[in-house]
Amino acid sequence: MTHQAAAEGRAPQTRQAGRGRRLRFAALCAAGVAALLVSVALAITIGPADIGVADVWAVVGAHLGLGSSGLTPIRDGIVWQLRLPRTLLAAVCGAGLAVCGAVMQSLLRNPLADPFVLGVSSGASTGAVAVVVLGAGGGAVTVSAGAFVGAVVSFALVLLGSQVLGGTMDRVVLSGVAAMQLFSALTSFVVMTAADAEQTRGVLFWLLGSLGNVGWSEVWVCLAVLAVVLLVCAAHAHALDAFAFGQDAAATLGVHVARTRLILLSVTALLTAALVSSAGAIGFVGLVLPHATRGLVGPGHARLLPVTALTGAVFLVWVDTLARTALDPQEVPVGVVTSLIGVPAFLLVLYRSRKVTTS
Amino acid sequence: MIGGTDASMETDTDASMETDASAAMETDTDAVVDTDAGRGMETATATDSGLRAERVTRTAGGHLIVDGVSVTPPQGSLVGLLGPNGSGKSTLLRLLAGVLAPTSGVVTLGGRPLNDLPRKAIARRVAVVEQNAATQSELTVGEVVRLGRIPHRRAWSAASAADEEAVRHALERTGLMDRADQLWHTLSGGERQRAQIARALAQQPRELLLDEPTNHLDIRHQLDLLSLVADLPVTTVIALHDLNLAAMYCDQLIVLRKGRVAACGTPRDVLTEDLVAEVYGVRADITHDDGHGRPHIRFLGGHGPSSSVRPG
Repeated sequence: MTHQAAAEGRAPQTRQAGRGRRLRFAALCAAGVAALLVSVALAITIGPADIGVADVWAVVGAHLGLGSSGLTPIRDGIVWQLRLPRTLLAAVCGAGLAVCGAVMQSLLRNPLADPFVLGVSSGASTGAVAVVVLGAGGGAVTVSAGAFVGAVVSFALVLLGSQVLGGTMDRVVLSGVAAMQLFSALTSFVVMTAADAEQTRGVLFWLLGSLGNVGWSEVWVCLAVLAVVLLVCAAHAHALDAFAFGQDAAATLGVHVARTRLILLSVTALLTAALVSSAGAIGFVGLVLPHATRGLVGPGHARLLPVTALTGAVFLVWVDTLARTALDPQEVPVGVVTSLIGVPAFLLVLYRSRKVTTS
Repeated sequence: MIGGTDASMETDTDASMETDASAAMETDTDAVVDTDAGRGMETATATDSGLRAERVTRTAGGHLIVDGVSVTPPQGSLVGLLGPNGSGKSTLLRLLAGVLAPTSGVVTLGGRPLNDLPRKAIARRVAVVEQNAATQSELTVGEVVRLGRIPHRRAWSAASAADEEAVRHALERTGLMDRADQLWHTLSGGERQRAQIARALAQQPRELLLDEPTNHLDIRHQLDLLSLVADLPVTTVIALHDLNLAAMYCDQLIVLRKGRVAACGTPRDVLTEDLVAEVYGVRADITHDDGHGRPHIRFLGGHGPSSSVRPG
């Protein structure tokens, strides 16, 4: 048979191609890690205070107990207390949002799904506004904690709603949209009726997403949540692949659909809540970066998830650097910059994939 | 993740199989596919009964979609599932696949109810090809076929040599070897379905369920696909609309009407003018002159002799 002859001729070639792909993937990961380290180091040197890459390493070394940095306490503080935690949180947020986006797009089979589709960000906003403007919690609750509670409440409502509405994936998206509208309305209502001008400005800045005023505690909390969620999602990489042709197809490939969906939606909502409560709602990272990364490594999740985390991290480190320096000394909310970059990038992604959806 | 339970499943099954299978056989009376082929396989069935539905019923919104259907596809045969739109073909296939749970009755695999088996263990035995597969992902044909290895793989593991071999074999069998690196979206309808069948074969199933896989295909691709399916060494249940194609390729036919089995047996026994009139409400002229005893159906229209259609 001609098929067989062709197959025998191609078999070693296919195996070689497999090895080539693995090598390429390893090289891509190594390059991504290197790019992230260099980006973080470089981003810290950029800003009003003149600091070099060598100074950054010296300060990091000093704080890890490797002798003195030789810098003045103020310059040391600029690196260690301001720029380093901020840059690291940008990396963690970028990685986390991109991973959440990749997982949700596959799980919900919706290329428009992003970490905020579950109503998490709008719930977080309402929680934050309740603390800032209404003084909920009587001063004992921080803005972050309020945002986190709001995010979790909103996600629980979305899950409950989707279950009541029929339990399919599109119901999750629809009840997420409903929750988004509801909580946005609540947030606006509270801000318009109760907030003074200064509160409004503070809330607005937070709603648009900002990495200013973050400290090491936010970095550690978000990094820990990111690590756990990344592990859980990577453990489900094959199951996520199986959702390519829908949930029935996934079930016939041996995936426990309801359980997998609940686990993955819960952990991504948790990660989004943690990120949003630290840095506000930074849009478009979770929407655009997974699509762009698929162009690099293909749709298989075993490769997509780690590489998406890396590209998301590098992306947000540079976008945040741009946000805090472009109109110096005025700072632009990072969410505004991600949207300004994200919209054309998103249209480009859609344009590239138009053949797929129309065929 | 689920996994690692198959060893215990095998031993359990071996111990309990014989009694389960024979007991079930005695009680199955209303709609068993009981034929020469089926009887020939009885000894094999006693040690390893395949997929079978016993008096399964499924209701949706208060309506009976499938109503007390029993099916035991003979090992290695191609069983055609016929019936008008809404007769319950797809629902029955979904019940057999374990995607839907029966309202009453039971679907068993190797003598054990599907409910008691881990999904992964089922997916290593039963593969499904849907009517209209669609995806947003830009997968290559090779990647689509590789999806079939998911039930065989553990979390964190890379594809093994056995995985690659199964994928290669499935591509070869379906004639898609030289399409492996092409995007699935760029294939024609017939080739897409072949790729889905290759994916199903990569699961290395013993049972294959297909839901009207020839819909939307031109006649040549319908014939290609059905001869591919008919040559596969697995037990296959296929829902079909075209009675002549069913008669040409299937070893056994089950005809559903309003969720109940209207007839079952060989194409020659099942496809009669009376049955076609009763189930489809269409008058037909059926001949058996192809030399293999396969019936040929010529439709005469449903509203009397004056409106008869004479194709060809």
